[in-house]
Amino acid sequence: MSGKSSNDMRTPMARVRGLGSSHEGTQHFWRQRLTALANIPLTLFFVGFLIALNGAGFAEVRAALANPFVALVMILFLISGLYHMRLGMQVIIEDYVISEGLKLLTIALSTFFTVAVGVASIFALLKLAFGG
Amino acid sequence: MTMSIIHRITGGALYFGTLLVAAWLMAAASSQGAFDWINWAFGTWLGRLVLFGYTWALMHHMLGGIRHFVWDTGAGLEKHTASKIAWATLVGSVVLTLLIWVAGYMARGAL
Repeated sequence: MSGKSSNDMRTPMARVRGLGSSHEGTQHFWRQRLTALANIPLTLFFVGFLIALNGAGFAEVRAALANPFVALVMILFLISGLYHMRLGMQVIIEDYVISEGLKLLTIALSTFFTVAVGVASIFALLKLAFGG
Repeated sequence: MTMSIIHRITGGALYFGTLLVAAWLMAAASSQGAFDWINWAFGTWLGRLVLFGYTWALMHHMLGGIRHFVWDTGAGLEKHTASKIAWATLVGSVVLTLLIWVAGYMARGAL
């Protein structure tokens, strides 16, 4: 694909940008990998945190979540995890939903779902962190 | 090939499973009553089954993701190697899930 061949229909600008038919280049792929990498340590923290808290009561759980370090890592975990899953769901939708309209609609709904889960979770964490 | 679709299925399950995380956090931020209710729901047999499945999906998807990172470097794509990695992913995910649950019950003092 390098260099200008005689049957290359792309404009000089399209060749320079190198973004391809998606107009996004490798951005989707790259962000999926980047969040995947971040998710590994963040997930291990989350799992370890839940193990340590297993059986804990209301006050104990609230105090643990209000800890600044825990709250910070939990928020990072939510942002990275939710971003990653939205990207993944987009690929699943693009692969299985044929109709263009339905495809755009389901991707939009998936984005709303992701943002709603994220905002609700982060709001709960901030509420706990800034005094119940 | 089977592992590829399982990676999608576990990813999809984790997607909707975030509702459980959000519900737990909101309950903890709300009231004793809401927190007790969610603890009760998670503690039922069905709740535990769902959480056990969620743990396995998380571990399988994580190991599957690491497998994809190895493939991204161009390594491990040979047929028999790929099959071995697929089995390692499956066995590893089950072992990690069991370890997490044993540790969880130990933290409760139930083991």
